[in-house]
Amino acid sequence: MDKQFIETDDAVIRFSGDSGDGMQLTGTLFADTAAFLGNGVSTFPDFPAEIRAPQGSLAGVSGFQVHVGSGEVRTPGDYCDILIAMNPAALKANAQWAKPASTIIVDSDLFTEKNIEKAGIKGANIFEELKLNDRNILYAPITTLTKECLADSTLDNKAKSRSKNMFALGICFYLFNQPLTYAEKYFENKFRKKPQFIEPNKLVLRGGYNYAANIQAIPNTYKIKTSNPEKGVYRNIHGNQATAWGLIAASEKSGLPLFCGSYPITPATGILEELAIRKDLGVKTLQVEDEIAGICTAIGAAFAGNLAVTTTSGPGLSLKSEALGLAVMVELPVVIVDVQRGGPSTGLPTKTEQSDLSQALWGRNGECPLIVMSAQSPADCFEKAFRAAKLAVEHMTPVILLSDGFIANGSEPWLIPSVAGFPDIKAPIVPEGTTGYMPYARDEERLARFWAIPGTPGLEHRIGGLEKDFLKGSPSIDPQNHQLMVDMRAAKVAKVADFIPEQEIIGNTEGDLLAVGWGGTFGHLYTAVTQLQKKGKDISLAHFNHINPLPKNTREIFEKFKQIIVCELNSGQFANYLRMKYPHIIFEQYNKVQGLPFTVIELTNKFNTLITK
Amino acid sequence: MTTKYASQDFKSDQEVKWCPGCGDYAILAAVQKALPEVAEILEYKKERFTFISGIGCSSRFPYYVNTYGFHGIHGRAAAIATGIKVANPALSVWQITGDGDALAIGGNHFIHAVRRNIDLNIILFDNQIYGLTKGQYSPTSRLGTVTKTSPFGTVEHPFVPGEIVLGARGTFFARTLDIDIKLTAECLVASAKHDGTSVTTVLQNCVIFNDGTHKEYADKDIREERTIVLRHGEPMIYGKNRDKGLMIDYENLRLKSVKIGENGITEKDILVHNMENPNPGIHMMLVNMKFPDFPVALGVIRAVKDSTYDDNVREQIERSRQHPVCSNVDELLRSGSTWTID
Repeated sequence: MDKQFIETDDAVIRFSGDSGDGMQLTGTLFADTAAFLGNGVSTFPDFPAEIRAPQGSLAGVSGFQVHVGSGEVRTPGDYCDILIAMNPAALKANAQWAKPASTIIVDSDLFTEKNIEKAGIKGANIFEELKLNDRNILYAPITTLTKECLADSTLDNKAKSRSKNMFALGICFYLFNQPLTYAEKYFENKFRKKPQFIEPNKLVLRGGYNYAANIQAIPNTYKIKTSNPEKGVYRNIHGNQATAWGLIAASEKSGLPLFCGSYPITPATGILEELAIRKDLGVKTLQVEDEIAGICTAIGAAFAGNLAVTTTSGPGLSLKSEALGLAVMVELPVVIVDVQRGGPSTGLPTKTEQSDLSQALWGRNGECPLIVMSAQSPADCFEKAFRAAKLAVEHMTPVILLSDGFIANGSEPWLIPSVAGFPDIKAPIVPEGTTGYMPYARDEERLARFWAIPGTPGLEHRIGGLEKDFLKGSPSIDPQNHQLMVDMRAAKVAKVADFIPEQEIIGNTEGDLLAVGWGGTFGHLYTAVTQLQKKGKDISLAHFNHINPLPKNTREIFEKFKQIIVCELNSGQFANYLRMKYPHIIFEQYNKVQGLPFTVIELTNKFNTLITK
Repeated sequence: MTTKYASQDFKSDQEVKWCPGCGDYAILAAVQKALPEVAEILEYKKERFTFISGIGCSSRFPYYVNTYGFHGIHGRAAAIATGIKVANPALSVWQITGDGDALAIGGNHFIHAVRRNIDLNIILFDNQIYGLTKGQYSPTSRLGTVTKTSPFGTVEHPFVPGEIVLGARGTFFARTLDIDIKLTAECLVASAKHDGTSVTTVLQNCVIFNDGTHKEYADKDIREERTIVLRHGEPMIYGKNRDKGLMIDYENLRLKSVKIGENGITEKDILVHNMENPNPGIHMMLVNMKFPDFPVALGVIRAVKDSTYDDNVREQIERSRQHPVCSNVDELLRSGSTWTID
């Protein structure tokens, strides 16, 4: 018998439970299945800083949101249509994200008085307390049913109840009319070396699916229309993974060995981990003693002729400041990836923010310009990491690439590009046999100096953090020379504007309102702006990823709009930067510093207050 | 074919700007004497030598040696040198540092470089004072030292650099005097031959801010009586008349200085120096010998074979490349689960 289902354009599902409940995996499998079927997908994990906070506590709640849609999906969604809450704490922590007409699935076995109390709720009815009693609540004894599915299994009790997340996933697959095959194949691969786990996981998954099919509590199921995405080979990719791979691609294109010196820090560690397993591609990774050693080993590696990288987050970038100045002074290529998180100080390690922009632009002693750029989505991290490396090498300068916790941990389907389609990277290496090498002589087009690699006969030279003679590179305290070098370093970075793409505009190139953003907020801004455009509103979007230098047409763009609003997850750092650059232009601000991404709703609400036609 | 070099080949065109009478001049001479020997023994071309420094008087050193050189920032030379060595293991990497640069601001990088046993040759100039900032106490200044920032004497206990090196599981430690150019060069050649982090401490005189700090054992007329130059496989004998030696005081489990010929002690009773002993026990006692109770130990105190960090990095990569999961980026991007839309 064919099931009845409602066709829909998109849906948001939020999985939540204890941090040990496997919600990240459950959400990932749901997202991958949807992507595999040709849906647009965007995901966002929302996990606590504690690895395993006390079971059932609010601090230990881990969430994973998946947005599935028929066309392009640029954000993980503001509010969810389906909320899976494996315990009372998860329900309490996520109640605010459930839409008024949402369905809530809970593991009724864990909604005991004791657990409800642990979640800090007093009173008989938790749903009433959380003002959720008008939602469609599926009260499923997931733990009991999981154990029943595995009654004949030889697994111990702990292992049995650990697979209850797959029961919940099975329910979701039924709700959205999705096949189990993708997840089943995943079990087969994942447990190749522990085959005793394959069958139990399959059993529980199917158990959940059948349970949902048999009970009367689910009135409707849904089917998300599939669209016709561009042809090709796709994969899901996280921002940190994409960053690592973009750097590896730059290494291959440039012929320079990739070197990464880093110290683990949330949420950047994934890049180091992703690079560390790529020894087969010759990647050298050093987990060094601290953040300072991270950048200093990278500077050393750059001196020795490698494509040098260090990865970090805000507090780590602070520690690297002095060495960044050294990299500017010795004019060596180093890519610094800053995956921003909530600050200041330790701040909110697992939450997202864009508040390191000022630090990236200015956080050093002396006149110390360098390239600052950003990535705008998980998959975009690949292209931007590649570009950061290309600019660093070809212009002989450090580059700070700003990612953030949201795009680093988020994922989206990615049409896999071919490396052949990426531009070449030409390192200005001084060939052996060159005579009369001057370490600070420059090429006219870029003002970049030339790179003489230690080990090359005849090119012996000394560089360092003292001000350099404009040609020889030896220490110089000559006043005119210092002025010249300060100006030269600034001009070199400014010249990069000739080598980056012009700023694009989404929508009309002139008009009433221009929304301006940068970095990881692209998905939300794009969705909000295009939604309004579809309603006929006069709004455009300029989303920047080159911040220093700015694209050459930036001023021209701004001058063609009546109103400009700069939206960012900080208190106005980009807005202030633009005011400094273009004092004749008025920039409105829309800011949020809550450790959370924008929601599309709050953006459209704000824009609607400004749009005059 | 080995190229023969002379000291002159390692002199740069830069004017040397240390204070007249500074111990650093002698160390520079010793390095320029050692490098041609190292080049000959290890068959290195000149372009393989790379000198890295941090900040301080000693850290100006790379400008004066005609090799590749990098003058870094305060305390970070070990990290910069580590990056260079891993990026290009063929280079002969020399780190020039001082007691402040290595043991105060750069203490963390120093101990971790030693622990990793990366193949760096670290020369630590120990003048027990901050010279470039004009005379403040350092982590090796003796307790009670009066300086501009300790006008009533320091109230903190000094480090013994050798003790830190051994504590960090160092595989090579040598100690020498700035004025003994021959011994310094000998230690540096041994350091270059050693695979792994080698630390050579040079007891150096700061003629302006800490003049004579090593005088009581370094002065030529009393040096033989108050220092002992250790050589592998030879008995630990010292003194102008070679009549003193070191034995173990078993009762107190420490070293004792004895007179050969007294109390029935003969040369056969004297400890024989074994720099290759993996157990750091005796080495620890040697680095901690202090005048006037003991002679100050000089020469190569420890040189133990162990795997090096740069070799381990290289070997892991080579092994992975023999059985690659991905052999290029296109394969990498298509690894794991993918799907095709057609």
